[in-house]
Amino acid sequence: MTEAGAKTIGERLRELPWGLYWLQARRLTRIEIRRNLLSWRAWWVYFLAFIPTVIILIHSLFDPRAGTEFNDSTQVLAGIVQFYYVRLGIFFGCLGIFSRLIRGEMVERSLHFYLLSPVRREILLLAKFAAGSASALLLFCSAMVANFFLMYMDFGPAGREFIFNGPGLGQLEAYLAVMVLGCLGYGAVFLLLSMMFRNPTPAAMLVLGWEAINPVMPSLLQKISVASYLRHLMPITVPGEGIFALLTVETEPVAGWIAALGLLLLTAVVLAYSCFRIRTLEIRYTTE
Amino acid sequence: MNDRIIFEDVSKFYGEVLGVNRVSLNLPPGITTLVGPNGSGKTTLMNLMTGLVQPSNGRISVLGIPPSDATAFFREVGYCTQFDSFPHGMTGWQFILDSLMLHGLSEPDGWRLTGEALERVQLGNEAHRKIAGYSKGMRQKIRLAQAIAHHPRVLVLDEPLNGLDPMARAESLTLFQELGRQGMHLVISSHILDEVDRISDRIVLITGGYVIAEGNIHQVRQEVRDKPMQVLIRCDKPELLASKMFSVNHCVEARLHADGRGVFLRTGDIDEFYSLLNGIAVEGLVKIEAVAPADDDANAIYQYLIGSDGSAS
Repeated sequence: MTEAGAKTIGERLRELPWGLYWLQARRLTRIEIRRNLLSWRAWWVYFLAFIPTVIILIHSLFDPRAGTEFNDSTQVLAGIVQFYYVRLGIFFGCLGIFSRLIRGEMVERSLHFYLLSPVRREILLLAKFAAGSASALLLFCSAMVANFFLMYMDFGPAGREFIFNGPGLGQLEAYLAVMVLGCLGYGAVFLLLSMMFRNPTPAAMLVLGWEAINPVMPSLLQKISVASYLRHLMPITVPGEGIFALLTVETEPVAGWIAALGLLLLTAVVLAYSCFRIRTLEIRYTTE
Repeated sequence: MNDRIIFEDVSKFYGEVLGVNRVSLNLPPGITTLVGPNGSGKTTLMNLMTGLVQPSNGRISVLGIPPSDATAFFREVGYCTQFDSFPHGMTGWQFILDSLMLHGLSEPDGWRLTGEALERVQLGNEAHRKIAGYSKGMRQKIRLAQAIAHHPRVLVLDEPLNGLDPMARAESLTLFQELGRQGMHLVISSHILDEVDRISDRIVLITGGYVIAEGNIHQVRQEVRDKPMQVLIRCDKPELLASKMFSVNHCVEARLHADGRGVFLRTGDIDEFYSLLNGIAVEGLVKIEAVAPADDDANAIYQYLIGSDGSAS
């Protein structure tokens, strides 16, 4: 048996240049953010993230809600997160951001520069995921914070009391947790789909369909859904009526921490499989 | 660690389409040229060597490192591909610097090597322009700069002379020669055989996914002895020499040189040919000034073995 063969997995792991990997991952993430987030091509993701903010701002400027109740505003905000961000905004925003990371570079025929650098492909994938997540989180969390403060701004001292001494900040934290987990979950799924399919959009539509029918699935299958986990983290649930019923996920009640952990686990599993796939990814631009 | 590029019985199939089949090579340092028509498998061989595609069968190692060990592999290998595309919106400087920073270099080292690589390909003055505004020749040069910037020991160049003007071609060939002399491996594919031929230490002839000959150009020529060889003889009486040589049946073709001071003779038995020529020289009937093989180059071998002209189109 060779010396290398006699080494345990732990010894081999310790011998790996983790410091270099970390440095490469940081630099790759920085390059990716510069190339993708700070590019005019990301305009429509900004649009998806901030369109509710613009609408709330217009309402607050031209239709001040004097006399309306906190409850109305709280329900509206919950509806925006539940029906718009979770089911559409984050979904399509992450589809745009994360499917560009690998597939977009294959379409533009520039991925080979990364694959010819002295970077393990797993590090490349995880760094791209980190860059995509940072971009998505920056946009959607900023938009969420702006939505929240604009929504309660008109209520004056009562609004401040609700935010800082009432349940306001707790609700904001929960919404931000939904945004973070939504971006990570959908991001991992779309990154994988972009490696599996030349055009990941039809597959993403299937995912959207799956998320819609997921509540009527057996409880085991309900666990393979990003939206079902997110629902348990919502501080306020708005019952779906009419067309919105299609966008409402009704699942078995689960504790918030279990939902968060479950979604992180789902993300980790999808990323691990993506790492496995990228090891055998081939550059064949002529077939793109 | 050894100093060879090794292909062990490597095959690559794209579905049912053959890329390369059962290729075994053992390349020492120096300049190796891959010669073959379009679609013969040259780029596939280079992509296999650098891990951009995975072999269906067989094993590949470069200096003893498999392409799957990217961290060690790409410290030693630079690949200038044929793909004429770049990450969006970058300047030449940014492009080189970004790729160097992934080697784990410090910022000052990254800047120094970036400047050095750009100077080496004579793009220093254009470094801060966007690559999108570069000419085809400049894009070729920036790819070359990126491939050599980290001082690799193995440089793989896919059609590196494409798009370059004659001056830039000459400069690139001088650079390749200089790198070859420094003990580097250079693996070059090119259709411009007349130029690459002059600097190559060895050639690999490939067609239809099969390596059909490999080695020093003169050795490869010897391998195709069944094909008539052409020899140019400079002399004072070319017609007389031609008639003498045609008295033996292995001479198959004669053509006077344009200046009338020599004759091209094609023979099926080069050893017998030289023996007869020596006899004629000793007789003193014809004053022979010079004798040189006229088709002992990659272009001629390419024509013999592959059946098409390898000159630049």
